[in-house]
Amino acid sequence: MARIDLDLAHAYKANPQHDSDYALLPLKMTFEDGGAYALLGPSGCGKTTMLNVMSGLLTPSQGHVLFDGRDMTHATPQERNIAQVFQFPVIYDTMTVAENLAFPLRNRQWPKDKMDQRVGQIAEMLEMSGQLNQRAAGLSADAKQKISLGRGLVRPDVSAVLFDEPLTVIDPHLKWQLRRKLKQIHHELKLTLIYVTHDQVEALTFADQVVVMTRGRAVQVGSPADLFERPSHTFVGNFIGSPGMNFLHAEVDASGLRVGSHVLDAAAALPLGAIKLGIRPEYVALTDAQTPGALPMLVSQVQDVGTHNIVTASHHGQTVKARLSTDSASVKTGSTVWLQVMGAHTCFYKNEEIVA
Amino acid sequence: MQLSLEGVSKKVGPQTWLYDMSLAPRSANVTVLLGATQAGKTSLMRIMAGLDVPSSGRVLVDGQDVVGVPVRKRNVAMVYQQFINYPSMKVRDNIASPMKLRDDKNIAQRVQALAEKLHIDMFLDRYPTELSGGQQQRVALARALAKGAPLMLLDEPLVNLDYKLREELREELGALFASGDSTVIYATTEPAEALLLGGYTAVMDAGELLQYGPTAEVFHNPKSLRVARAFSDPPMNLMNATRQSTGVQLLGGPLMALTLPSTATPQLTLGMRASAVRTHAQSGDIAIGGRVELAEISGSDTFVHVATGMGNLVAQLTGVHYFDLGAQIQVYANPMQMYVFDAQGMLLLAPTRTKGH
Repeated sequence: MARIDLDLAHAYKANPQHDSDYALLPLKMTFEDGGAYALLGPSGCGKTTMLNVMSGLLTPSQGHVLFDGRDMTHATPQERNIAQVFQFPVIYDTMTVAENLAFPLRNRQWPKDKMDQRVGQIAEMLEMSGQLNQRAAGLSADAKQKISLGRGLVRPDVSAVLFDEPLTVIDPHLKWQLRRKLKQIHHELKLTLIYVTHDQVEALTFADQVVVMTRGRAVQVGSPADLFERPSHTFVGNFIGSPGMNFLHAEVDASGLRVGSHVLDAAAALPLGAIKLGIRPEYVALTDAQTPGALPMLVSQVQDVGTHNIVTASHHGQTVKARLSTDSASVKTGSTVWLQVMGAHTCFYKNEEIVA
Repeated sequence: MQLSLEGVSKKVGPQTWLYDMSLAPRSANVTVLLGATQAGKTSLMRIMAGLDVPSSGRVLVDGQDVVGVPVRKRNVAMVYQQFINYPSMKVRDNIASPMKLRDDKNIAQRVQALAEKLHIDMFLDRYPTELSGGQQQRVALARALAKGAPLMLLDEPLVNLDYKLREELREELGALFASGDSTVIYATTEPAEALLLGGYTAVMDAGELLQYGPTAEVFHNPKSLRVARAFSDPPMNLMNATRQSTGVQLLGGPLMALTLPSTATPQLTLGMRASAVRTHAQSGDIAIGGRVELAEISGSDTFVHVATGMGNLVAQLTGVHYFDLGAQIQVYANPMQMYVFDAQGMLLLAPTRTKGH
């Protein structure tokens, strides 16, 4: 197991000039020993590039990769002692489940008794103990991918286990069971796990720390709660949650914090000038007229999504979505309501970065 | 236009793909076909489009039987899961193609207007392959809308897109459907998508049409366990119960004072939506003890899976919450928020909704 430090950038073309020339913009990041991390972002954000840089499949065009302080920038995946699990099962069909799981240990000449013990432990964790002597060929895609996961986890001495969208082939109904397994396994084996996905449920459920990426940049590294409560970049505010965070263009001057001509807070301690107010739909609340920190808004849509209503309302062309209880029957299309946008959960952004 | 299917079925060899069903999708509105894969959504759409002939029954358009009328003689627009565009034509010409076929006037302005609505006006002079998946699907949607067909069929049009793109496009589609006068049929496997699109929903399962009605009404009053299962994500929590003279006895749990209709069977199934299960008690709640299996965090919600003596339950909590795996926990629910189904799986009792409709 190892602590991994990255201080690097990567461009697939020579002499990068602009930000858009980089697959991975200059970044400095540390993956602590024994941590569970997710790299999350839309396709093309650079998450797979970052994974390949860590595994050794790709040498960054500038900077270094350190494992426990040792420079591994040019080391192969074998030298780095990395285990990898891919989107699709990579197993030997002619071998049994047990032989497949034991394969990485056999290659390293583990004594048979120790090997059997470890294979048994991994199989039990994955609930495959009953299938150990079955040939892999006849198994379902789910079961085969479980073997791939098991093979990734079987060696206790790896620097890190890297997962690249490992649940793609898993039936949706089984996904949560495997997410649970991975989480359990992380607690029991204390391996450094790094998981790449574009699925926020997978990332937030699995990882203690999530790296949110867009356009080659890691815009926030934080716990799921951090990403929800204090998104440090407007991209994160929008990307995490459904619907994402609302953003209102506001202005800070001598009269305080204004949205249009409406003063939300006369004594706001915020930097002067244009600012974006961010509030999640879950924290927008229905309130009485003229309540401080609330805006009068014209309701344009009320969607009953079963467990709650999603209300869309606007204030002089600026739209907000609010997640309100289905009991709020006074909220109807065409009516004006007062919505609280200032509160403990409100965030402020300048140039898309959080300032308060 | 009014489309109606009367006693339609589809058999292929020894297999029945669609069992006898009748459906008249609400005119000038969106009807969502909701069901898992293999439910029969695509088979039904192909019959609606005229791509396939039903094994029995009639397909009527404004009262006229159109079975056997080929698809090119019908005025139907279709959008599929895959992004289908003319690769050799620029986006502008892709969108214009149905208008050109009809010799329409003002094509340039109308293409521009449609492209603006779908936020692809900056790509009009590019080729489809130079666009991202989401943009390509927008082109296909713009072309379908350009056709101005009275019937528009969309078969899981957003399934191949990233979820944020899906969210945006779904929102725009909802607005486009609401402002147009086409009858729209929209197939999806996702309950949340049906709820966000609103309109009407036809719930399908294994070739059967189970229930049709306004989307929210079907969701809140599923007429059977099968509908409740199909129209619930996460799955509805189900527990065994029995009928007692004083109410409903949860197996291994408390007796709840619920008034059942006289037709109720002795054996019952109790259903609770995940959103009705809480980790903090409110007055009138029953308490169920269990062990945390996993807390799944979706961003807006945390889904806590709990193993209990009454089976596995899922509680949906707003926001991000952490629970240790294996931790002991009490969950709470109010009997007034429970569904009761009889031994045949038919709905006996649904939660009274305080307000709404």
